[in-house]
Amino acid sequence: MSLGLLFLILLALCTAGYMIARSRAVTSARGDTRVLHSLPAFHGRFAALAMILPAVAILIVWLVVESFALRGVALSHLSPEDVPDGASMDLVMADVTRIAEGLGKLQAAGVDLAPLTADPAALKARFSEAGFAQGGDPTPHTIAAAVSMRDTAATSRLALSVVAIAASLAGLGLVLRRITPEFRARNATEFVSMGLLIGASLIAVLTTVGIVASLASETIRFFQLYPAWDFFFSADWNPKFGGGSSLGIWPLIWGTLYVSVIALLVAVPVGLFSAVYLAEYASKRTRGIVKPLIEILAGIPTIVYGLFALVTVGPLLRDWIAIPMGFGNSSSSVMTAGLVMGIMVIPFVSSLSDDIINAVPQSLRDGSLGLGATPSETIRQVVLPAALPGIVGAVLLAASRAIGETMIVVLGAGAAAQLSLNPFEAMTTVTVKIVSQLTGDTEFNSPETLVAFALGLTLFVLTLMLNIIALIIVRKYREQYE
Amino acid sequence: MTDITEHALLMPDARTKARNAAERRFRAYGLSAIVIALAALVWLLISIFSAGLPAFQQTFITFPVTLEAATLDKSGKLDIEEMKKVTTIGYGKLIAQAFEAEIAAKGITHEVKPKQLAEMISEQAGAQLRDMVLADPALVGQTITFQALANGRIDGYFKGRVTMETAARDKNTSPEKLALADQLRDAGVVAVKFNTGFLTMSDASDKRPEAAGLGVAIIGSLYMVVIVLFLALPIGVAASVYLEEFAPKNYWTDLIEVNIANLAAVPSIVYGILGLAIFINFAGLPQSAPIVGGLVLTLMTLPRIIIPTRAALKAVPPSIRDAALGVGASKLQTVTHHVLPLAMPGILTGTIIGLAQALGETAPLLLIGMVAFVKDFPGLPPEGLFSPSSALPVQIYNWTQRGDPGFVERASGAIIVLLVFLILMNTAAIILRRKYERRW
Repeated sequence: MSLGLLFLILLALCTAGYMIARSRAVTSARGDTRVLHSLPAFHGRFAALAMILPAVAILIVWLVVESFALRGVALSHLSPEDVPDGASMDLVMADVTRIAEGLGKLQAAGVDLAPLTADPAALKARFSEAGFAQGGDPTPHTIAAAVSMRDTAATSRLALSVVAIAASLAGLGLVLRRITPEFRARNATEFVSMGLLIGASLIAVLTTVGIVASLASETIRFFQLYPAWDFFFSADWNPKFGGGSSLGIWPLIWGTLYVSVIALLVAVPVGLFSAVYLAEYASKRTRGIVKPLIEILAGIPTIVYGLFALVTVGPLLRDWIAIPMGFGNSSSSVMTAGLVMGIMVIPFVSSLSDDIINAVPQSLRDGSLGLGATPSETIRQVVLPAALPGIVGAVLLAASRAIGETMIVVLGAGAAAQLSLNPFEAMTTVTVKIVSQLTGDTEFNSPETLVAFALGLTLFVLTLMLNIIALIIVRKYREQYE
Repeated sequence: MTDITEHALLMPDARTKARNAAERRFRAYGLSAIVIALAALVWLLISIFSAGLPAFQQTFITFPVTLEAATLDKSGKLDIEEMKKVTTIGYGKLIAQAFEAEIAAKGITHEVKPKQLAEMISEQAGAQLRDMVLADPALVGQTITFQALANGRIDGYFKGRVTMETAARDKNTSPEKLALADQLRDAGVVAVKFNTGFLTMSDASDKRPEAAGLGVAIIGSLYMVVIVLFLALPIGVAASVYLEEFAPKNYWTDLIEVNIANLAAVPSIVYGILGLAIFINFAGLPQSAPIVGGLVLTLMTLPRIIIPTRAALKAVPPSIRDAALGVGASKLQTVTHHVLPLAMPGILTGTIIGLAQALGETAPLLLIGMVAFVKDFPGLPPEGLFSPSSALPVQIYNWTQRGDPGFVERASGAIIVLLVFLILMNTAAIILRRKYERRW
């Protein structure tokens, strides 16, 4: 029985349970619903919740346990001799899974499986004819493992369906026995609903835990294969597949910071001055038009900026600045990526600064203007100093954005890891290297792949610190004038 | 009457002049900053649109092809299984002959070697014709008017990407072919038309940019956005309701709040690493599948939905809650019957904007393997959610990594499609906000 069908059956049972419990509640009150503590619908809802929740919980736990159990069943048919030289057990298991999937598809197409499972060569031929993906050649052992895996899976699914439906019916039985006019179904329903609400808000915490746990555990594995000292204190990045790589993080950190600094050099003046103009000088109408237009820059996907850097800005800088002035002839460069990223970050600086400048009390401005200061003197000497902490927060948030940005640097900054001061040279960043080490065929036991997790953790910690500092500053400042 | 024009009060002194000049300079700085920001936006859009609009046009070569039964259906039984044995190369030969015959029939003289004539037609044409015949075997034996895609270089010539000079240096085409293409256009055989295939076809290999389309990517993106909608909206609303309406103010809820604020600012690529480690390596879900992409984007979008939802809930005045509680509603009833419906426009606006961001996100999808070359359309859900697929932004990235310059045009065209989707979503959000937003 497929999971979708089981789910539909459970839903149908729930609907039926809702109706039954509802009418049972009405009967228990002899038709006079005023004597019920809770409305009949609450009795129905409680029954539905009592039916679906245990069933779904069983379903999830079962599926997790099942995946481990299936692996165990398949492993029991395999011995170390089945693993070819240079391969790992995981590869053989992947073959087994593929064979099992292929058999499933053939069976669905109405093919008799018995002759195929008896003869590995026939199976291989049939699979290539059907166009299924294949790894290594099937052997009697892997076929046996696949067949027993399929059998166990089928039995397990059947058992799961029976258990889940039984649990749901048991839930209905328990609820029906409790239905009396005095039963506080509303409180019970709300108690369960509250649990669901709390569960939903815990997902955010679980995400953070998941990020930290997955990054940290793989990073520890990386440091078991590669010395942490070399990672943090070496200035040489040169991964070689096949061993003997040097994986020093400094060229990447240097590239990341260089690009981000250029981006901020573009975004902070432009963003800050536009925020000042919009908040202090612009008419309400201009502001209403210009502010959303600038914010469009933040809504454009980063891949668009990446292509813009690759196709337009990069060649332009190369042909008009880098080559005439003798800075090099690379179209992907720190300058290209920094400039384009600067454009992207403008709204992050301008919008937040605009809010913060607007939050400065009018009385401060009035006082300054009343003493004879010009508007620009008021802004420079009164408004901006008062808004400074908030603006610093906005710039830090923009910086964290720039450091974590991926697509612009992947397409605009290049892939050469080097420590250079020339902004027209291709350099690379932490995010670029995460992408290049983790895309394509990856094996999760070489330091060249695992280093991406260490880089990810570095990136996470770096941006987290910036964000927390920025949030603390912004929060503290906001309270000041409220 | 004394002459007062010389009076010091009405004549600005040097210091005042300097201060006023500083004032004007300061204003000019502000104005130029805005001009720079807007100019950057305009420059970006113009560069993308001018590069991408040609992708919606395509050069087609139209000529009659006789589908000879002798080559296509040797058994003569119109048996599909038998006919499938004729490969695209077989069909390609047929097309080449028909093309040569058509040029001769139009009486066009040219300097292209007969063997190279077929290179003017896309390599995709054979597959195109084969699919047509297999879909309708009755066509065998007839002469049909076949509309073939022109080779990417010929297409580039009509769009101005390829010129006679570049063609002379290009081993994939030659000036003679371009001259012939010009003649064929005058004869009405070659024409540039609107390219529906760009939106419906799947990706094509490195050498045939003319046949590459966004079909798979659009479906993949659609699947993922739907997954995000169905997971992130309920979970996000439930979490916001709890935090805003029920949670006691204590250490734990403060922790959750700080957490959500930080998650919204975590670089998107970190979510990609999370997806790779948890969903693919640990849970064993397939690579490149929309389900994994959808789950990763859900986790990423969740905080971006929770923050505006909480703002919308906060904007509902307490008097509404007091009135509901006063007539005997429970706290949960108050929220579900009164607060949520009133906050709904704000919640939906936030959700749509969150979905739009998820639609344009690239980096996490690269890490979960969506960058792979996917030729087959994914099936219908739920199975289709587990089969390999692409997504719009990843397809764009993919095309930027190809050698043929025709793919830059495709990538820019794909960006236009992506931006159209984003504009539609954001317009919906703005309309929703304008129409239903209430000020209390």
